[in-house]
Amino acid sequence: MTKLPPEPDQSAAKPEASRIVNPRREFLRSAGLFTGTVAALGGGLELLSRRPGAVAESVTPGLVGQAKRPLGPYDVSDPVTPYQQATTYNNFYEFGTDKADPARMAATLKPRPWTIKIDGEVKKPMTVDIDTLQSWFPLEDRIYRMRCVEGWSMVMPWLGFPLAGLIRRLNPTSKAKYVQFTSLLDPKQFPGQRSNVLTWPYVEGLRLDEALNPLAFMAVGLAGRVLPGQNGAPLRLVVPWKYGFKGIKSIVRITLTDKQPKTTWSIAAPDEYGFYANVNPKVDHPRWSQATERRIGDLGRRPTLMFNGYADQVASLYSGMDLKKNF
Amino acid sequence: MSKASPSPAASAAKSAPKRRANTFGGLGPGIVVGGLVPMAVMLWDAKTGALGANPVQRLQLQTGILALALLLISLAATPLRLVTGWTWPARVRKALGLLGFLYATLHVLVYLVDKGILISDFGLATVLDDVVKRPFITVGFVAWLLLIPLALTSFKSSVKKLGFERWTLLHKLVYLIVALGVVHYWWGVKKDHTEPLIYGLIAALLLALRVIFKDFRSKKKVRSAGKPATP
Repeated sequence: MTKLPPEPDQSAAKPEASRIVNPRREFLRSAGLFTGTVAALGGGLELLSRRPGAVAESVTPGLVGQAKRPLGPYDVSDPVTPYQQATTYNNFYEFGTDKADPARMAATLKPRPWTIKIDGEVKKPMTVDIDTLQSWFPLEDRIYRMRCVEGWSMVMPWLGFPLAGLIRRLNPTSKAKYVQFTSLLDPKQFPGQRSNVLTWPYVEGLRLDEALNPLAFMAVGLAGRVLPGQNGAPLRLVVPWKYGFKGIKSIVRITLTDKQPKTTWSIAAPDEYGFYANVNPKVDHPRWSQATERRIGDLGRRPTLMFNGYADQVASLYSGMDLKKNF
Repeated sequence: MSKASPSPAASAAKSAPKRRANTFGGLGPGIVVGGLVPMAVMLWDAKTGALGANPVQRLQLQTGILALALLLISLAATPLRLVTGWTWPARVRKALGLLGFLYATLHVLVYLVDKGILISDFGLATVLDDVVKRPFITVGFVAWLLLIPLALTSFKSSVKKLGFERWTLLHKLVYLIVALGVVHYWWGVKKDHTEPLIYGLIAALLLALRVIFKDFRSKKKVRSAGKPATP
């Protein structure tokens, strides 16, 4: 440390002032200084560091007692993540990069009226209203694990329809090899799009055989209710054996294509996020391990399962592939 | 940074230099209590559920930001003194640095809890693996390790024991520590690098100010030679 600057010697100029002792004044000054310092430092630090969680709208999920419903062939038996947590802890950068932002900002998104453009390698390109599209299929409940690439997981009671049914109905041509999904681009509804933290609109994709796997799902609801904005209203993809960022939200366009789609996160950080993004405890993120995860609500961590526990249903899709290269 | 600087006190100091110790009464305790406010609020948040769905992750982030912010504020003390000539920043520097160390230590503890030290399913092996293999963790861990000798030598007697020169040299480590902290923060965020960038720029600015003003003062020192040094 360097030396203190010279003190101005003012005692010589004002000898009387320094000798006057007024205990009351001094106490008040000290108390004021103390209070001011506590407020300034404490307040400043709080402003800098505190990011309180969002508070969910207090609703009774429609799917009351869903645990009692007999589990379907695609359901997991893990306890379902409480609705409050599933709707206040979200990665949805279109609303902001903090996990509480989506729940706070979701009201800016207007999920009706909403249309979805279907184009590319399909026999009949079209634009279809969300309610029409939804009416094509009976809605199903699916209790799926959701593993975020950041190392946490939830168990989500989705409501929707299998993607395979939608793809078949769209009549892909023989050239179709991939399905590309595009999110809404509208900074008025998605204030986070005013920042260029990612390239907008968000784009995701699947290989056609992945999309036709019975686990691949299009969700329009959560816990028996209409899908909340922060979870990707009105229509989102759910691919439970892949990291959560593959589950593109608020879809406005579905394109069948012969080329592998350039997906948003693989553009943002190609060495960290690949096209496949299969949950794999043996292939670590360059900066952190993927061997374990925290189930939301747990204090500790649990081992991450290969393909998020869906290996029986999906491992064959990747037979012969080097999953370290195709991460 | 200078939020913690009630300027009336500073001007008061000038008018009554002999009673300086009393004039600044309240400042030191204010720094300590103010620095502990976030800890109290974190406990309150934990109790009320305001930490959200992943409290461990929130505490991890918040304690890290607090450690970095407090170290930066403590680093601002000397440049502030050099620029303004005020003496009070030097009085609060130690407390700020120790508070930074406190939050850095909490940050490490939260990380250990996150890694399952409490339930010991994965435990120490995972932590060591992380520290060795992941630069992001390595850098943060080294920063915390380097803070320990600084915290241990933050007493007046340490300056005497080590000698002023060596003590000063040791405590210059704080610049390296803050740099490591900024890199750790940068590598820790998934995409939005705004905040780590701001912290990095502030650290660079503080270092630059110190270099510039030290030059300026060492030229001036010739005139006012012989003043006692206060560590």
